[in-house]
Amino acid sequence: MAEYKLTTPLTDDDVIQLRAGDVVLLSGVIYSARDAAHKKLCELLETGKAPPFKLQGAVIYYVDPSPAPPDRPIGSAGPTTSYRMDFFAPRVYSYGLKASIGKGKRNGETRKAMRDYKAVYFGAAGGAGALLSSSIVESQVIAFDELGPEAIREMKVKDFPVLVINDAHGGELYAAPDLKAAGAE
Amino acid sequence: MRTIQIKDITEAVADMCMKAGAELPGDVYARLQQAKEKETSPTAREILRQLLENADMAKKTRLPLCQDCGIAVLFVEVGDDVRIEGGNIREAVNAGVRKGYAEGYLRKSVCDPFTRANTGDNTPAVIHFDAVPGDKLRIVFLAKGGGCENMSRVTMLAPAQGWEGVKRFVINRVADAGANPCPPTIVGVGVGGAFDRAAELAEKALTRRLDDIHPNPDIAAKEKELETALNKLGVGPMGLGGETTVLGVKIAAEPCHLACLPLAVNIQCHSHRRKEVVL
Repeated sequence: MAEYKLTTPLTDDDVIQLRAGDVVLLSGVIYSARDAAHKKLCELLETGKAPPFKLQGAVIYYVDPSPAPPDRPIGSAGPTTSYRMDFFAPRVYSYGLKASIGKGKRNGETRKAMRDYKAVYFGAAGGAGALLSSSIVESQVIAFDELGPEAIREMKVKDFPVLVINDAHGGELYAAPDLKAAGAE
Repeated sequence: MRTIQIKDITEAVADMCMKAGAELPGDVYARLQQAKEKETSPTAREILRQLLENADMAKKTRLPLCQDCGIAVLFVEVGDDVRIEGGNIREAVNAGVRKGYAEGYLRKSVCDPFTRANTGDNTPAVIHFDAVPGDKLRIVFLAKGGGCENMSRVTMLAPAQGWEGVKRFVINRVADAGANPCPPTIVGVGVGGAFDRAAELAEKALTRRLDDIHPNPDIAAKEKELETALNKLGVGPMGLGGETTVLGVKIAAEPCHLACLPLAVNIQCHSHRRKEVVL
Protein backbone atom coordinates (compact mmCIF):
# COMPACT_ATOMS: atom_id res chain seq x y z
CA MET A 1 0.00 0.00 0.00
CA ALA A 2 1.48 3.25 -1.18
CA GLU A 3 1.28 6.75 0.22
CA TYR A 4 0.59 9.77 -1.97
CA LYS A 5 0.40 13.52 -1.53
CA LEU A 6 -2.15 14.99 -3.93
CA THR A 7 -3.32 18.53 -4.58
CA THR A 8 -6.75 19.44 -5.91
CA PRO A 9 -8.16 19.72 -8.54
CA LEU A 10 -7.37 16.08 -9.28
CA THR A 11 -6.49 14.85 -12.76
CA ASP A 12 -7.20 11.47 -14.35
CA ASP A 13 -3.51 10.61 -13.83
CA ASP A 14 -3.73 11.46 -10.12
CA VAL A 15 -6.66 9.09 -9.73
CA ILE A 16 -5.63 6.19 -12.00
CA GLN A 17 -2.45 5.47 -10.04
CA LEU A 18 -4.42 4.91 -6.80
CA ARG A 19 -5.31 1.45 -5.50
CA ALA A 20 -7.68 0.47 -2.70
CA GLY A 21 -5.74 0.62 0.58
CA ASP A 22 -3.43 3.46 -0.45
CA VAL A 23 -3.06 6.37 1.96
CA VAL A 24 -3.50 9.88 0.51
CA LEU A 25 -2.74 13.23 2.10
CA LEU A 26 -4.95 15.74 0.29
CA SER A 27 -4.19 19.43 -0.02
CA GLY A 28 -5.98 22.26 -1.80
CA VAL A 29 -9.66 23.12 -2.03
CA ILE A 30 -12.43 20.59 -1.38
CA TYR A 31 -16.20 21.11 -1.11
CA SER A 32 -18.66 19.93 1.52
CA ALA A 33 -22.02 18.55 0.45
CA ARG A 34 -24.37 16.04 2.04
CA ASP A 35 -28.00 14.90 1.64
CA ALA A 36 -29.93 18.15 1.01
CA ALA A 37 -27.06 19.82 -0.88
CA HIS A 38 -26.79 16.83 -3.23
CA LYS A 39 -30.50 17.02 -3.95
CA LYS A 40 -30.22 20.71 -4.86
CA LEU A 41 -26.99 20.19 -6.80
CA CYS A 42 -28.64 17.51 -8.95
CA GLU A 43 -31.71 19.71 -9.52
CA LEU A 44 -29.36 22.36 -10.96
CA LEU A 45 -27.63 19.81 -13.18
CA GLU A 46 -31.00 18.38 -14.41
CA THR A 47 -32.14 21.82 -15.51
CA GLY A 48 -28.86 22.66 -17.22
CA LYS A 49 -27.84 25.31 -14.71
CA ALA A 50 -24.27 25.81 -13.53
CA PRO A 51 -23.28 24.11 -10.28
CA PRO A 52 -21.94 26.43 -7.52
CA PHE A 53 -18.38 25.14 -8.07
CA LYS A 54 -16.53 23.49 -10.92
CA LEU A 55 -17.17 19.74 -10.74
CA GLN A 56 -14.40 18.77 -13.17
CA GLY A 57 -11.51 17.48 -11.03
CA ALA A 58 -13.32 18.35 -7.81
CA VAL A 59 -13.36 16.51 -4.49
CA ILE A 60 -16.57 16.47 -2.43
CA TYR A 61 -16.40 15.78 1.29
CA TYR A 62 -19.60 14.35 2.81
CA VAL A 63 -19.48 16.50 5.92
CA ASP A 64 -21.62 18.86 7.91
CA PRO A 65 -19.32 20.38 10.53
CA SER A 66 -20.28 21.53 14.00
CA PRO A 67 -20.33 25.35 14.47
CA ALA A 68 -16.89 26.98 14.45
CA PRO A 69 -15.86 28.32 17.86
CA PRO A 70 -14.60 31.95 17.74
CA ASP A 71 -10.92 30.95 17.59
CA ARG A 72 -11.11 28.29 14.85
CA PRO A 73 -11.84 28.16 11.09
CA ILE A 74 -14.26 25.25 11.53
CA GLY A 75 -15.78 23.03 14.22
CA SER A 76 -15.52 19.26 14.40
CA ALA A 77 -15.53 17.90 10.83
CA GLY A 78 -15.53 14.14 10.29
CA PRO A 79 -17.25 12.21 7.48
CA THR A 80 -20.94 11.27 7.36
CA THR A 81 -22.20 7.91 6.02
CA SER A 82 -21.89 7.83 2.24
CA TYR A 83 -24.64 5.44 1.06
CA ARG A 84 -27.24 8.19 1.43
CA MET A 85 -25.45 10.12 -1.32
CA ASP A 86 -25.59 7.09 -3.65
CA PHE A 87 -28.97 8.38 -4.85
CA PHE A 88 -27.04 11.25 -6.49
CA ALA A 89 -23.38 10.23 -6.72
CA PRO A 90 -23.35 8.53 -10.18
CA ARG A 91 -24.78 11.73 -11.70
CA VAL A 92 -22.23 13.92 -9.92
CA TYR A 93 -19.32 11.65 -10.92
CA SER A 94 -20.55 11.87 -14.55
CA TYR A 95 -19.90 15.63 -14.42
CA GLY A 96 -16.22 15.13 -13.66
CA LEU A 97 -16.06 14.71 -9.88
CA LYS A 98 -12.79 12.86 -9.22
CA ALA A 99 -13.27 11.85 -5.59
CA SER A 100 -15.71 11.81 -2.72
CA ILE A 101 -14.78 11.45 0.94
CA GLY A 102 -17.03 9.69 3.44
CA LYS A 103 -17.42 6.50 5.39
CA GLY A 104 -19.17 3.18 4.69
CA LYS A 105 -19.88 1.08 1.62
CA ARG A 106 -21.07 2.49 -1.74
CA ASN A 107 -23.71 0.81 -3.91
CA GLY A 108 -23.11 -0.94 -7.24
CA GLU A 109 -24.16 2.02 -9.38
CA THR A 110 -21.76 4.38 -7.62
CA ARG A 111 -18.92 1.87 -7.87
CA LYS A 112 -19.64 1.48 -11.59
CA ALA A 113 -19.66 5.28 -12.04
CA MET A 114 -16.19 5.43 -10.47
CA ARG A 115 -14.90 2.89 -12.99
CA ASP A 116 -16.66 4.55 -15.94
CA TYR A 117 -15.53 8.10 -15.14
CA LYS A 118 -12.09 7.35 -13.61
CA ALA A 119 -12.79 8.43 -10.08
CA VAL A 120 -12.29 7.20 -6.52
CA TYR A 121 -13.93 7.06 -3.11
CA PHE A 122 -11.88 7.97 -0.06
CA GLY A 123 -12.64 7.00 3.53
CA ALA A 124 -11.82 9.27 6.47
CA ALA A 125 -11.89 8.19 10.11
CA GLY A 126 -15.52 8.43 11.21
CA GLY A 127 -15.97 9.92 14.64
CA ALA A 128 -12.57 11.61 14.59
CA GLY A 129 -14.03 15.02 13.72
CA ALA A 130 -11.96 17.04 16.17
CA LEU A 131 -8.73 15.51 14.86
CA LEU A 132 -9.70 15.86 11.17
CA SER A 133 -10.64 19.53 11.66
CA SER A 134 -6.98 20.27 12.36
CA SER A 135 -6.24 19.58 8.64
CA ILE A 136 -8.82 22.16 7.51
CA VAL A 137 -7.26 25.61 7.43
CA GLU A 138 -10.08 27.71 5.92
CA SER A 139 -13.81 27.25 5.45
CA GLN A 140 -16.58 29.39 4.00
CA VAL A 141 -20.14 28.79 2.83
CA ILE A 142 -20.37 29.33 -0.95
CA ALA A 143 -23.87 28.05 -1.80
CA PHE A 144 -27.25 26.94 -0.46
CA ASP A 145 -26.93 29.08 2.66
CA GLU A 146 -30.63 28.39 3.31
CA LEU A 147 -29.75 24.79 4.16
CA GLY A 148 -28.06 25.95 7.36
CA PRO A 149 -25.55 23.34 8.53
CA GLU A 150 -26.04 21.45 5.24
CA ALA A 151 -24.89 24.36 3.04
CA ILE A 152 -22.01 23.85 0.58
CA ARG A 153 -18.68 24.97 1.99
CA GLU A 154 -15.41 25.60 0.23
CA MET A 155 -12.68 24.27 2.49
CA LYS A 156 -8.94 24.64 2.16
CA VAL A 157 -7.19 21.53 3.45
CA LYS A 158 -3.57 20.72 4.19
CA ASP A 159 -2.48 17.05 4.25
CA PHE A 160 -6.01 15.86 4.99
CA PRO A 161 -5.59 12.09 5.69
CA VAL A 162 -7.76 9.66 3.70
CA LEU A 163 -7.67 6.02 2.62
CA VAL A 164 -8.63 4.77 -0.85
CA ILE A 165 -11.74 2.61 -0.29
CA ASN A 166 -12.81 2.23 -3.94
CA ASP A 167 -10.32 2.81 -6.74
CA ALA A 168 -11.01 3.56 -10.42
CA HIS A 169 -10.30 -0.07 -11.39
CA GLY A 170 -13.00 -1.80 -9.34
CA GLY A 171 -10.80 -2.44 -6.30
CA GLU A 172 -12.42 -2.20 -2.86
CA LEU A 173 -10.93 -2.14 0.63
CA TYR A 174 -13.96 -3.26 2.66
CA ALA A 175 -14.07 -7.04 3.11
CA ALA A 176 -17.29 -9.05 3.58
CA PRO A 177 -18.06 -9.86 7.23
CA ASP A 178 -17.33 -13.46 8.27
CA LEU A 179 -20.80 -14.70 9.28
CA LYS A 180 -19.56 -18.29 9.51
CA ALA A 181 -16.90 -17.44 12.11
CA ALA A 182 -19.52 -15.53 14.09
CA GLY A 183 -21.83 -18.56 14.00
CA ALA A 184 -24.65 -16.94 12.04
CA GLU A 185 -24.28 -18.24 8.49
CA MET B 1 -40.87 15.43 50.07
CA ARG B 2 -37.81 17.05 48.50
CA THR B 3 -38.23 20.09 46.31
CA ILE B 4 -36.16 20.50 43.14
CA GLN B 5 -36.21 23.79 41.30
CA ILE B 6 -36.95 23.64 37.58
CA LYS B 7 -34.00 25.91 36.73
CA ASP B 8 -31.59 23.43 38.34
CA ILE B 9 -32.85 20.75 35.95
CA THR B 10 -32.25 23.02 32.94
CA GLU B 11 -28.73 23.87 34.12
CA ALA B 12 -27.88 20.21 34.78
CA VAL B 13 -29.07 19.12 31.32
CA ALA B 14 -27.18 21.95 29.57
CA ASP B 15 -24.01 20.98 31.44
CA MET B 16 -24.40 17.30 30.50
CA CYS B 17 -24.87 18.12 26.79
CA MET B 18 -21.69 20.22 26.72
CA LYS B 19 -19.52 17.82 28.73
CA ALA B 20 -20.73 14.72 26.87
CA GLY B 21 -20.05 16.44 23.53
CA ALA B 22 -16.35 16.88 24.26
CA GLU B 23 -15.45 14.18 26.80
CA LEU B 24 -15.44 10.49 25.97
CA PRO B 25 -16.49 8.50 29.09
CA GLY B 26 -13.49 6.89 30.86
CA ASP B 27 -14.79 3.33 30.44
CA VAL B 28 -15.13 3.83 26.66
CA TYR B 29 -11.65 5.37 26.40
CA ALA B 30 -10.22 2.43 28.37
CA ARG B 31 -11.92 -0.09 26.03
CA LEU B 32 -10.46 1.67 22.99
CA GLN B 33 -7.01 1.51 24.58
CA GLN B 34 -7.38 -2.21 25.37
CA ALA B 35 -8.56 -2.83 21.81
CA LYS B 36 -5.54 -1.02 20.38
CA GLU B 37 -3.18 -3.20 22.44
CA LYS B 38 -4.95 -6.36 21.32
CA GLU B 39 -5.28 -5.67 17.60
CA THR B 40 -2.66 -7.24 15.33
CA SER B 41 -3.69 -5.45 12.10
CA PRO B 42 -1.65 -2.24 11.60
CA THR B 43 -4.66 -0.50 10.00
CA ALA B 44 -6.93 -1.35 12.94
CA ARG B 45 -4.28 -0.16 15.40
CA GLU B 46 -3.82 3.09 13.47
CA ILE B 47 -7.58 3.79 13.39
CA LEU B 48 -7.85 3.15 17.15
CA ARG B 49 -4.84 5.41 17.72
CA GLN B 50 -6.60 8.17 15.78
CA LEU B 51 -9.79 7.71 17.82
CA LEU B 52 -7.84 8.02 21.08
CA GLU B 53 -5.98 11.08 19.77
CA ASN B 54 -9.33 12.55 18.73
CA ALA B 55 -10.68 12.04 22.27
CA ASP B 56 -7.58 13.69 23.78
CA MET B 57 -7.88 16.60 21.38
CA ALA B 58 -11.61 17.12 21.99
CA LYS B 59 -11.06 17.14 25.75
CA LYS B 60 -8.28 19.69 25.44
CA THR B 61 -9.79 22.02 22.82
CA ARG B 62 -13.47 21.48 23.78
CA LEU B 63 -14.24 20.83 20.11
CA PRO B 64 -16.99 18.20 19.84
CA LEU B 65 -15.71 14.59 19.61
CA CYS B 66 -17.77 14.26 16.46
CA GLN B 67 -19.45 16.85 14.22
CA ASP B 68 -22.66 14.84 14.55
CA CYS B 69 -23.55 15.89 18.08
CA GLY B 70 -26.64 13.75 17.81
CA ILE B 71 -30.27 13.93 18.73
CA ALA B 72 -30.49 14.28 22.52
CA VAL B 73 -32.00 11.24 24.24
CA LEU B 74 -32.69 11.53 27.96
CA PHE B 75 -33.88 9.05 30.55
CA VAL B 76 -35.46 10.92 33.45
CA GLU B 77 -36.26 8.98 36.64
CA VAL B 78 -38.39 10.98 39.05
CA GLY B 79 -38.42 9.80 42.67
CA ASP B 80 -41.86 9.43 44.33
CA ASP B 81 -40.80 11.86 47.06
CA VAL B 82 -39.66 14.60 44.69
CA ARG B 83 -41.69 17.72 44.09
CA ILE B 84 -40.71 19.84 41.11
CA GLU B 85 -41.23 23.56 41.53
CA GLY B 86 -41.27 26.40 39.05
CA GLY B 87 -42.43 24.88 35.79
CA ASN B 88 -42.84 21.85 33.56
CA ILE B 89 -40.12 19.20 33.61
CA ARG B 90 -40.31 18.38 29.88
CA GLU B 91 -39.90 22.05 29.01
CA ALA B 92 -37.02 22.33 31.49
CA VAL B 93 -35.18 19.41 29.87
CA ASN B 94 -35.69 20.85 26.37
CA ALA B 95 -34.51 24.26 27.59
CA GLY B 96 -31.35 22.56 28.89
CA VAL B 97 -30.73 20.87 25.54
CA ARG B 98 -31.29 24.20 23.74
CA LYS B 99 -28.81 25.97 26.04
CA GLY B 100 -26.17 23.21 26.02
CA TYR B 101 -26.15 22.82 22.23
CA ALA B 102 -25.92 26.61 21.70
CA GLU B 103 -23.24 27.35 24.29
CA GLY B 104 -21.21 24.21 23.58
CA TYR B 105 -20.96 24.94 19.82
CA LEU B 106 -22.66 21.62 19.21
CA ARG B 107 -24.30 20.89 15.86
CA LYS B 108 -28.08 21.15 15.72
CA SER B 109 -29.24 18.10 13.80
CA VAL B 110 -33.00 17.93 14.48
CA CYS B 111 -35.37 18.64 11.60
CA ASP B 112 -38.97 18.21 10.46
CA PRO B 113 -39.36 14.68 9.05
CA PHE B 114 -41.15 15.84 5.89
CA THR B 115 -39.98 19.37 5.06
CA ARG B 116 -36.51 18.62 6.52
CA ALA B 117 -36.45 22.17 7.94
CA ASN B 118 -34.03 22.33 10.87
CA THR B 119 -35.68 23.24 14.19
CA GLY B 120 -32.58 25.33 14.86
CA ASP B 121 -31.87 24.40 18.46
CA ASN B 122 -31.67 20.58 18.50
CA THR B 123 -35.03 20.24 20.22
CA PRO B 124 -37.32 18.50 20.79
CA ALA B 125 -35.22 15.97 22.68
CA VAL B 126 -36.38 12.37 23.01
CA ILE B 127 -37.32 12.08 26.69
CA HIS B 128 -38.24 8.87 28.52
CA PHE B 129 -39.83 9.46 31.94
CA ASP B 130 -40.00 6.88 34.67
CA ALA B 131 -41.42 6.94 38.21
CA VAL B 132 -39.09 5.37 40.80
CA PRO B 133 -38.97 5.13 44.61
CA GLY B 134 -36.90 7.67 46.55
CA ASP B 135 -36.34 11.40 46.76
CA LYS B 136 -33.88 11.84 43.88
CA LEU B 137 -34.12 12.89 40.26
CA ARG B 138 -31.76 10.95 37.97
CA ILE B 139 -31.12 12.03 34.38
CA VAL B 140 -29.04 10.10 31.86
CA PHE B 141 -28.12 11.80 28.60
CA LEU B 142 -27.14 10.05 25.37
CA ALA B 143 -26.21 11.82 22.13
CA LYS B 144 -27.38 9.59 19.28
CA GLY B 145 -25.68 10.25 15.95
CA GLY B 146 -27.55 9.61 12.70
CA GLY B 147 -25.03 7.19 11.20
CA CYS B 148 -25.41 4.56 13.89
CA GLU B 149 -29.09 5.29 14.55
CA ASN B 150 -29.84 4.46 10.90
CA MET B 151 -28.33 1.00 11.41
CA SER B 152 -30.63 0.17 14.37
CA ARG B 153 -33.66 -2.12 13.89
CA VAL B 154 -36.74 -3.52 15.64
CA THR B 155 -38.21 -6.90 14.73
CA MET B 156 -40.83 -9.30 16.07
CA LEU B 157 -39.43 -12.82 16.20
CA ALA B 158 -41.54 -15.96 16.67
CA PRO B 159 -41.16 -17.39 20.18
CA ALA B 160 -39.81 -20.64 18.63
CA GLN B 161 -36.78 -18.73 17.34
CA GLY B 162 -35.62 -18.14 20.91
CA TRP B 163 -32.09 -17.08 21.89
CA GLU B 164 -30.61 -18.57 18.71
CA GLY B 165 -32.93 -16.34 16.67
CA VAL B 166 -31.99 -13.30 18.75
CA LYS B 167 -28.29 -14.02 18.27
CA ARG B 168 -28.64 -14.56 14.54
CA PHE B 169 -30.57 -11.30 14.09
CA VAL B 170 -28.08 -9.23 16.09
CA ILE B 171 -25.06 -10.72 14.31
CA ASN B 172 -26.58 -10.16 10.88
CA ARG B 173 -27.53 -6.60 11.80
CA VAL B 174 -23.99 -5.71 12.87
CA ALA B 175 -22.58 -7.48 9.78
CA ASP B 176 -24.92 -5.63 7.40
CA ALA B 177 -24.19 -2.31 9.12
CA GLY B 178 -20.50 -2.78 8.28
CA ALA B 179 -18.54 0.48 8.40
CA ASN B 180 -21.65 2.71 8.42
CA PRO B 181 -22.22 3.11 12.19
CA CYS B 182 -18.54 3.91 12.95
CA PRO B 183 -17.30 0.67 14.49
CA PRO B 184 -16.14 -0.38 16.99
CA THR B 185 -19.71 0.07 18.21
CA ILE B 186 -21.62 -0.57 21.40
CA VAL B 187 -24.67 -2.75 20.82
CA GLY B 188 -27.80 -2.27 22.91
CA VAL B 189 -30.21 -5.21 22.69
CA GLY B 190 -33.79 -4.91 23.94
CA VAL B 191 -35.69 -8.18 24.31
CA GLY B 192 -39.32 -8.51 25.37
CA GLY B 193 -41.85 -5.94 26.47
CA ALA B 194 -43.79 -5.02 23.34
CA PHE B 195 -42.88 -3.52 19.94
CA ASP B 196 -42.30 -0.03 21.36
CA ARG B 197 -40.86 -1.15 24.67
CA ALA B 198 -38.18 -3.34 23.03
CA ALA B 199 -36.79 -0.26 21.29
CA GLU B 200 -36.76 1.67 24.55
CA LEU B 201 -35.04 -1.21 26.34
CA ALA B 202 -32.32 -1.38 23.67
CA GLU B 203 -31.68 2.33 24.07
CA LYS B 204 -31.74 2.13 27.85
CA ALA B 205 -29.22 -0.74 27.77
CA LEU B 206 -26.75 1.77 26.30
CA THR B 207 -26.93 3.90 29.44
CA ARG B 208 -24.94 1.23 31.33
CA ARG B 209 -21.18 1.54 31.77
CA LEU B 210 -19.13 -0.75 29.50
CA ASP B 211 -17.33 -2.29 32.47
CA ASP B 212 -20.45 -3.20 34.47
CA ILE B 213 -21.74 -6.77 34.69
CA HIS B 214 -25.43 -7.55 34.31
CA PRO B 215 -26.87 -8.61 37.71
CA ASN B 216 -28.59 -11.63 36.11
CA PRO B 217 -25.77 -14.18 35.45
CA ASP B 218 -27.66 -15.74 32.55
CA ILE B 219 -27.98 -12.39 30.76
CA ALA B 220 -24.38 -11.49 31.65
CA ALA B 221 -23.30 -14.74 29.92
CA LYS B 222 -25.45 -13.92 26.88
CA GLU B 223 -23.84 -10.47 26.60
CA LYS B 224 -20.40 -12.08 26.63
CA GLU B 225 -21.45 -14.73 24.10
CA LEU B 226 -22.74 -12.08 21.68
CA GLU B 227 -19.69 -9.85 22.14
CA THR B 228 -17.35 -12.76 21.35
CA ALA B 229 -19.39 -13.76 18.27
CA LEU B 230 -19.60 -10.18 16.95
CA ASN B 231 -15.86 -9.70 17.31
CA LYS B 232 -15.33 -12.72 15.03
CA LEU B 233 -17.11 -10.94 12.16
CA GLY B 234 -13.89 -9.18 11.18
CA VAL B 235 -15.62 -5.85 10.42
CA GLY B 236 -13.08 -4.12 12.64
CA PRO B 237 -12.45 -0.43 13.37
CA MET B 238 -14.08 1.71 10.65
CA GLY B 239 -14.92 -1.49 8.77
CA LEU B 240 -11.30 -1.98 7.68
CA GLY B 241 -10.89 -5.40 9.32
CA GLY B 242 -9.70 -6.47 12.74
CA GLU B 243 -10.77 -8.12 15.96
CA THR B 244 -12.65 -5.15 17.40
CA THR B 245 -16.06 -4.81 15.80
CA VAL B 246 -17.83 -4.02 19.08
CA LEU B 247 -16.61 -2.54 22.36
CA GLY B 248 -19.48 -4.15 24.27
CA VAL B 249 -22.96 -5.65 24.17
CA LYS B 250 -25.63 -4.63 26.69
CA ILE B 251 -28.92 -6.52 26.96
CA ALA B 252 -32.10 -5.35 28.67
CA ALA B 253 -34.89 -7.93 28.90
CA GLU B 254 -38.47 -7.88 30.18
CA PRO B 255 -41.47 -10.24 30.08
CA CYS B 256 -43.53 -10.09 26.87
CA HIS B 257 -46.76 -11.43 25.37
CA LEU B 258 -46.72 -15.23 25.03
CA ALA B 259 -47.21 -14.97 21.25
CA CYS B 260 -44.31 -12.56 20.78
CA LEU B 261 -40.56 -12.21 21.00
CA PRO B 262 -39.93 -8.49 20.45
CA LEU B 263 -36.32 -7.64 19.67
CA ALA B 264 -34.56 -4.32 19.13
CA VAL B 265 -30.94 -3.68 18.25
CA ASN B 266 -29.68 -0.19 18.92
CA ILE B 267 -26.20 0.40 17.55
CA GLN B 268 -24.15 3.17 19.13
CA CYS B 269 -20.93 4.48 17.57
CA HIS B 270 -17.56 4.39 19.37
CA SER B 271 -18.12 8.06 20.17
CA HIS B 272 -20.47 6.97 22.96
CA ARG B 273 -21.50 10.29 24.46
CA ARG B 274 -23.15 9.38 27.73
CA LYS B 275 -23.52 11.42 30.88
CA GLU B 276 -25.47 11.05 34.11
CA VAL B 277 -26.55 13.39 36.88
CA VAL B 278 -28.45 12.82 40.13
CA LEU B 279 -30.23 15.82 41.66
